[in-house]
Amino acid sequence: MEYSLEILSIIGAVVAVSFGAIGPAFSEGRAIAAAMDAIARQPESAGVLSRTLFVGLAMIETMAIYCLVIALLLLYANPFVT
Amino acid sequence: METSPLAPDILFQLGPVPISRPVVTTWAIMAVLTAVSWLGLRRTSVHAGTLQTVLEIVVETLEKQICEIIRRDPWPYTPLLGTLFIFLVFANLSAVVPGMKPPTGHIETPAVLAAIVFLSAHYFGVRSRGLLEYARRYTKPNILLLPLNVLSEITRTFSLMVRLFGNIMSHELVIAIVVFLAGLLLPVPFMLLSILIGIIQAYIFTVLAAVFIGAAVGSVEAE
Repeated sequence: MEYSLEILSIIGAVVAVSFGAIGPAFSEGRAIAAAMDAIARQPESAGVLSRTLFVGLAMIETMAIYCLVIALLLLYANPFVT
Repeated sequence: METSPLAPDILFQLGPVPISRPVVTTWAIMAVLTAVSWLGLRRTSVHAGTLQTVLEIVVETLEKQICEIIRRDPWPYTPLLGTLFIFLVFANLSAVVPGMKPPTGHIETPAVLAAIVFLSAHYFGVRSRGLLEYARRYTKPNILLLPLNVLSEITRTFSLMVRLFGNIMSHELVIAIVVFLAGLLLPVPFMLLSILIGIIQAYIFTVLAAVFIGAAVGSVEAE
């Protein structure tokens, strides 16, 4: 098992991306559904709502991107694999 | 897939200084933007020509958007935020030109842009409120929250950097994988999507920078 650390890193990267994408996906869906609801009720406030929605989505998306960064660190810049 | 997205992409050496591909692309974009602005504003007149009218429309749209976010006079902030947006649009869309790679797909460019936003938010905050009043912002609503406020200041700059880098770089990676898997026509919708993602990320970066600067200078009603 001389490659066990590499194999563990790859598994870790896969787990990080796949499970890290679940939470942001759900919450982005909820945020967009709520925004659609609000725009359907008040179409005149669509401009403000969509700007706030974009900022909020960016904030939520950050979590998924942290997972992506962790996966990239594991794959390309792993400090434990020489 | 043989090169790491975190490693620098060195094109050539200029004396002892290695010049990487993002630097070359960035300077090319800066040259194009400067040339267009110089051409458009070389002979300004009230009865504007085509290029001057286009530039005026762009600047006024940016100014209106920033005014809606910051809710005060946008002119001190429009040069920074507008340049940021236009540069980011060009940088993210430079993947459309064959042979060019977006400089924002490497970690250095987003890191520098996020550092600029971080420093300029403090600069505008101190200039508009004074040093003591600005420092007192961190002890609100309670002195106990001081570490959390400082921490949020750091993490939001970091996430600003990582968001831009992660989105652009990961999309480049996706296109590389699709090209590797299936040759000719399949990558085209992904490339169209990359145009959308590039513009949206430029917009989000600018809006977040405007929100940070707006929070730093404070609203007019709160004073």
